[in-house]
Amino acid sequence: MSEEQPNLVTINIDGKDYQVAAKQNLVEAAKSVGIEIPHYCYHPKLEMAGTCRMCLVEIGMPMRDRAMGAPVLNEDGSPKIGWMPKPAIACGTSVSPNLHMKTKSPMVQTSRASVTEFLLANHPLDCPICDQAGECTLQAFSADYGNGKSRYRDAKNVKPRNKSVGPRVLINNERCILCRRCVRFCREILKRPILGPIQRGSMTQIDCYPGQELDGNYSMNVVDICPVGALTSKDFRFKMRVWFLKQTKSICTESSVGVNTTVWSREGKIYRITPRRNDSVNDTWMSDSGRMIYKTVDDENRLTGTRRGESSVDFDEAIDAARALLSAGKPAFVASGKMSLEEQWALKTLAASFGGDVYLTQTLAENDGFLISEDRTPNRRGALVSGLVKDFESASVAKLGAAIDAGEVKTVFVCGEDLLEQGLDAKQLKKVDIIYLGTHKNATSEEATVVLSGRTVFEKSGSFVNQQFRLQRFDAAIPGIAGTHNELDVIAALAARTITDASVETIWLSMNKDCAALAGLEFASIPADGVLLDASPWAKLAFPETGSLLYKPAGK
Amino acid sequence: MNEFAKGFIEWFNGSDTSLQAWLGIPDIPVSDDAVSVTGSIFKAIFAVALVLGIMGGCLYTVLLERKTAAWAQGRVGPCRTTMPLIAAIPVVGKVLTYCGFIQPLADGGKLFLRQEPLPEHVNKFYYCLAPCLALAPAIITLVMMPFTSYISPETGKETALMLCNMNPGFVFIMAVSSLGVYGVVLGGWASNSKYPFLGSIRGSAQLISYELSMVLSLLPVVLLTSGNPDANPLSLFSIVQEQNNLWNIILAPLSAIIFFVALMAEMNRQPFDMPESETDTVGGFHTEYGTFKFGLFFTGEYLHMILGSTLFTLFFLGGWHAFPFLPTLGLDGVWATLLGIVCMLVKIIFLLFVIIWIRWTVPRFRFDQVMRVGWKLLLPFAIANFIAYLIGIGVYDSLLK
Amino acid sequence: MATQNYKVIPRKPLRWWEKLYIPQVIAGMKITLGIMLRKPVTLKYPEERPTIPKGYRGIPTLVKDQNGREKCVSCQLCEFVCPPKAIRVTPGEIDPNAPDAEVIEKAPKAFEINMLRCIYCGMCQEVCPEEAIWLQNEYSLNGYSRDSLVHDKEKLYELGGTLPDKHLKWKKKAEAQAHGPAH
Repeated sequence: MSEEQPNLVTINIDGKDYQVAAKQNLVEAAKSVGIEIPHYCYHPKLEMAGTCRMCLVEIGMPMRDRAMGAPVLNEDGSPKIGWMPKPAIACGTSVSPNLHMKTKSPMVQTSRASVTEFLLANHPLDCPICDQAGECTLQAFSADYGNGKSRYRDAKNVKPRNKSVGPRVLINNERCILCRRCVRFCREILKRPILGPIQRGSMTQIDCYPGQELDGNYSMNVVDICPVGALTSKDFRFKMRVWFLKQTKSICTESSVGVNTTVWSREGKIYRITPRRNDSVNDTWMSDSGRMIYKTVDDENRLTGTRRGESSVDFDEAIDAARALLSAGKPAFVASGKMSLEEQWALKTLAASFGGDVYLTQTLAENDGFLISEDRTPNRRGALVSGLVKDFESASVAKLGAAIDAGEVKTVFVCGEDLLEQGLDAKQLKKVDIIYLGTHKNATSEEATVVLSGRTVFEKSGSFVNQQFRLQRFDAAIPGIAGTHNELDVIAALAARTITDASVETIWLSMNKDCAALAGLEFASIPADGVLLDASPWAKLAFPETGSLLYKPAGK
Repeated sequence: MNEFAKGFIEWFNGSDTSLQAWLGIPDIPVSDDAVSVTGSIFKAIFAVALVLGIMGGCLYTVLLERKTAAWAQGRVGPCRTTMPLIAAIPVVGKVLTYCGFIQPLADGGKLFLRQEPLPEHVNKFYYCLAPCLALAPAIITLVMMPFTSYISPETGKETALMLCNMNPGFVFIMAVSSLGVYGVVLGGWASNSKYPFLGSIRGSAQLISYELSMVLSLLPVVLLTSGNPDANPLSLFSIVQEQNNLWNIILAPLSAIIFFVALMAEMNRQPFDMPESETDTVGGFHTEYGTFKFGLFFTGEYLHMILGSTLFTLFFLGGWHAFPFLPTLGLDGVWATLLGIVCMLVKIIFLLFVIIWIRWTVPRFRFDQVMRVGWKLLLPFAIANFIAYLIGIGVYDSLLK
Repeated sequence: MATQNYKVIPRKPLRWWEKLYIPQVIAGMKITLGIMLRKPVTLKYPEERPTIPKGYRGIPTLVKDQNGREKCVSCQLCEFVCPPKAIRVTPGEIDPNAPDAEVIEKAPKAFEINMLRCIYCGMCQEVCPEEAIWLQNEYSLNGYSRDSLVHDKEKLYELGGTLPDKHLKWKKKAEAQAHGPAH
């Protein structure tokens, strides 16, 4: 114990010493060494409340002689522990050197069983119709630590069910265990006290304060943090049981914040998106609008199949037509921040092989100050990292308009963007042949000579570089819908001579050599919370972001 | 030419007029030729009826086999096949349907109406010849089979109901019936395929092995018959006649057992069905056969069963005699003849049942066991048995008589 | 080396009459004769039907309670537990105008059991928390097409009929709601 490092303390859990980080509570400390202490009200990103009493453990310290200060020893020479006579809550107790904790003693087990019994006394037997079933901590802990049967004989309490507390959230107060996580979320994260307890005793309910509503773009986070099925999402209500859903790690494409997400899908259909904890990007939060992006997969505007002129053609014919247009001379390439890093690099290779300029679009909107930044594309910095553009100024789309007017461009290859929204006018579009590669219809795709259908972020793998220059990876949750092609395959087919294998892993081998910032990285080994890239080459460039939850741009 | 024809007809008739006498047709004393020719016509009709009857019997033996198999396995057996007219009869129709009475016709009709395949790889001539060879010897032996007798009330002379009471009938039957092995051998060889070949090789070895014991086991019967100086010991008719007091199964039980076992082997019946043995050689020698040609093999097998039962009845169970010491139950004339037929049928059907019963009880022998039983067990016993009877009868005849 | 804790019992040599094989054949024939004289164990099927034992697992069906209300709340546990993945449930909300919509909330929008996949294991019945899915006595199931053997919700209720319920959980819930706070 003399070798203790400054940031580590030694605590004793169930008779075994562990070194854990200092300045944390016992729930986190036990979790860091793989011991579970059940809890409902404690949430790592919210303040401690201590309302649920589920995390009761026995705590003790080595005894010291009051007069002398010398350690009191047992008969066998080991230090005698002074156990506190009653259990204490682990979430409210910080680690301290030589702290002793029992998590499996009879007293702890009785405490957990009793707390569970009280919580279940008025909890309805709703599991068959409850959306939380399968990911409900009350369900899990009742099974793990509960008594397994009820001694309660009276009628259960009746509280309001299925009450709408906001445009996207329902509350079922009978299921509520009054942990007040949602109350704390509103107060601490939204900084707007919307939800709060009303009435008293066994009739306590969670409801909105008068005149308030759980609106705003972050309301659905209360559904995620609710440990039981009290707060449920209207969107996911009765859609699918969670145990059928496959979880895939993904990245939100809403803005350059790059919120980490989990995509829940079954048999090629996405049912919901939830945030994934990343303490450097989004903690455990996510916007409501980002959760709805999965609906774009089978949107009615979705492009499927390939088209040349007015007629549908097969993939090879469309590729041949596109190649012919590009080979005819004077091509230009419009890249987008919505493309993955790999696609941007492949497009760079394609542009080099046909000898055309690359322009990069820009989509700006207001920063909401939390998890949606000004730049509404997930990967605009990727264009710098992949070397697609040198800087944003020289590649602005306004310059493309000028080039078209000057007759320097005959063919434009557009990746998923609407050029009209980017500042060009319809006359300019008429002057050139457009090859459109994208997922959804827009004015540009309507004008295009050749249309190739791409895939959404849920249907392919790749990586994004967010506003922090953090490289984050996303995986394919579902197979691509019929008639669409992976953008990498399309670009590789167009650049047949320079890209032979369009798999993400192979492209990464080339990118490693080509892009200095990516040297030494491998696609397969990008960690779940991403890798911070060296941003010094672009330190002098101006970026539109003004900061969000965990990001403050340098110099601002 | 005329001489030759007369000679032929007389040979065919065996110079006897038993049938004519039984049917009450007097001799027409016009010429010797005419008499013989009338008898021959009746014999021809009888022969056709006999063949048709025996073939029908085969069909119903199949039914007996299927029903017995079903009973032994706790099933009901064929009980649904029916015909419009028969089904219309109030009670009888139901009973006949339940007994599977129409089933054999359906079975036969199915075999007959199927497409007739002729495999590419076979020797076509022998392939087609084999089923005929399997069936023909069995039918030919019918010529020598007595089925009952007629004792003239006036003269007391006993005549047999048979096509030809040839003196060495015993030798003829043994000789001709053993030709049946050619059907097996040819069928297996002409199929040009390994399982039929194996089946036929095993079958021919088995048939030849058991032939010896079978004939040797019958010699004591011949010896017993030869005790009567008036009888012709090699004629089946005489052998039955000799049993009107004591049946040979009582006088020569060991012979009966050996003969029965050898008979089973000669009929290729379980536990001796080496040529077929579905479990190890698919279908044995007739694997490559289908439809009507298979039907001929199949009929041949059941024909052998009927003939075997008949022979056992004739040699050991007193033929058409009702009981030992009471051969006709005091009846005479036509009634005794009819009683004889009934007794004969009852004994044959009982034996058929026993043979089928054994099949659904006993598992198949291994091939080496078949050979061991044939050569090391049955043959020595048969020889010892024959010598014992030779000495015994010699001693009895010379000392005690 | 493994310890050999078995004992070799020498086979008794056969007596001479046993070697003759014939007594054994006769003993076997006695057994078969006994079976021949017994009543057949088989049934003439379409005319004679077997008596279905208690707890028989026939085709799975959905049942309604004595009030004619569908019991299934589409919790999808049967779909989860089904070993051959024969069950496919599309959950949905109950018709909001139904009298008990407030206490029942959830009902299957579609419920399919693919009888070509079903193995009649009864796991769905065992797992069902609402006792809504039952394997009944019907065993003779046939159809002219594959589609006709995929039972939809309507067909499942038609086959299932009514099974009186002792608990009537939803009725208790509605009564409690009418009664108001208990304490």
